[in-house]
Amino acid sequence: MAEPIAKREPPLRPEILRQTRDVSGLGAVERPLTAAERLMNQAGVRRSLILIGLAAAWQLYGQYVGNNLILPTFFEVLEALWEVSRSGELPDRVLTSLRVLTIGYTAGIALAAVLTTLAVSTRLGADLLSTLTAMFNPLPAIALLPLALLWFGLGVGSLVFVLIHSVLWAVALNTHSGFSSVPETLRMAGQNMGLRGIPFVARILVPAAFPSILTGLKIGWAFAWRTLIAAELVFGVSSRSGGLGWFIFEKRNQLETASVFAGLLAVIVIGLVVESVVFRSIERRTVRRWGMQR
Amino acid sequence: MDQASAPLLEVRGVTLQYKTDQHLVTATWRVDFDVHPADRFVLLGPSGCGKSTLLKGVAGFMAPVEGTIALKGRPVERPGPDRMMVFQEFDQLLPWKTVEDNVVFPLEIAGRAKGLEARERARATIAKVGLSKFREVYPHMLSGGMKMRVAIARAMAMEPDILLMDEPFAALDALTRRKMQEELLALWDELRFTVLFVTHSIEEAILVGSRILLMSPHPGQVRAELNAGTFGRGQIDTPEFAALARRIHDMLFAERIESEGRAGHG
Repeated sequence: MAEPIAKREPPLRPEILRQTRDVSGLGAVERPLTAAERLMNQAGVRRSLILIGLAAAWQLYGQYVGNNLILPTFFEVLEALWEVSRSGELPDRVLTSLRVLTIGYTAGIALAAVLTTLAVSTRLGADLLSTLTAMFNPLPAIALLPLALLWFGLGVGSLVFVLIHSVLWAVALNTHSGFSSVPETLRMAGQNMGLRGIPFVARILVPAAFPSILTGLKIGWAFAWRTLIAAELVFGVSSRSGGLGWFIFEKRNQLETASVFAGLLAVIVIGLVVESVVFRSIERRTVRRWGMQR
Repeated sequence: MDQASAPLLEVRGVTLQYKTDQHLVTATWRVDFDVHPADRFVLLGPSGCGKSTLLKGVAGFMAPVEGTIALKGRPVERPGPDRMMVFQEFDQLLPWKTVEDNVVFPLEIAGRAKGLEARERARATIAKVGLSKFREVYPHMLSGGMKMRVAIARAMAMEPDILLMDEPFAALDALTRRKMQEELLALWDELRFTVLFVTHSIEEAILVGSRILLMSPHPGQVRAELNAGTFGRGQIDTPEFAALARRIHDMLFAERIESEGRAGHG
């Protein structure tokens, strides 16, 4: 049985030699996509179509329910949104919220930078960071609000405290894991140029770990925005002018359901703008251009 | 050759050890060699002979447990831009910088040149490795051979006392590798820099090197120091080239038979 297989030889064939031919007569080797194909390749266009579909469904269902105290229609909400925007009430509330958010977000990032620097420079610092992150990351920021109110009272202080908590761990954890996954060759290349200490971290580690850092910043932002709105539902920033969460709470008390929806829409829109305009353009200019992320 | 010239790099009785999770590995044991200016000095040996570790020692990434490494008479203590290194891996380039910025970066870090002067120097070196068209391109858009050329340009622009190359062409395909070897020789012809080159390919060692340090493994020790300066491009098919290759091959091969024989008895 095995003998014929052992004796098998590939068949002898004549060699083939060819000149490559001029194929310009064939027409274009590549052709441009049609306008419709290019349009549907735009993620923005596809997403807009989905949004229009959702708005239409909402409008139809709202008309079917016919109770604007429970579910105002899409256009009623747009009208309310226009009203509160024109009167300056909503923009004012949004600004108040964003101001607090900026303070909390910046402070959170600064603290994360300190913790991560400690973690990369000493082993004890790394243990400290991983222990603290493991402890506090699963703790919802809003659960700290009662404590914050006790310590800092009603006002900006409490909000900033819970915001820092929501930003700090996500950013620190991602930055640290980004640092530890910087390739050894890149580190050695940096040291070879004579970089050490803080300049080494700033000019090699931070850009090399930028995809992870950016992920941390995005997660931190999403946590912070949600936490802020939730915390503001409990109390305004100060008694006179509250933030966006307080606006939603107030309008519900006044049974202006359309305005409640308008407030929620504002929350969503701001979230989307930061996510898909701010962060997306940072991504496009950095990690995508550098080929570190598709 | 001026025999009286002082060696640029002196390696004296160097023993290098590193720790893995379970073992303390002695990579090289009491290695001596001298590199003179304009040498193309090759460290050649099978894997495990500690040639890469030795290069890391010279680069200053590892301190010897015994012996001294001195460059221009000063002991090597830490990594520095006077010993620019070209690594085997492609990810040695900074992905967030363009080709030109990658070459400018160490010039500015080390204070060799600033601003326009650094740019001009970078451009001239990039032109030497034939990548002028790709100055504004990011590394991820380059092929492996092109990345290696950028890494070489980056090191050369610094005009280091000695250029360290750790199997720089090992990750390239055979055709590109041959081309890069010839380009390196052409650059050397023009600039006469000093290079310490690690490889495990006998052919590459003879082609690239002017002097070859042959190392035996476990732990790495010097087996021989041979001259190979007469072989240049286009001499790869000559009987002399083949004879030297066979001589080196026999030295490495004899070593293996001996150690296998020992293992058999033990």
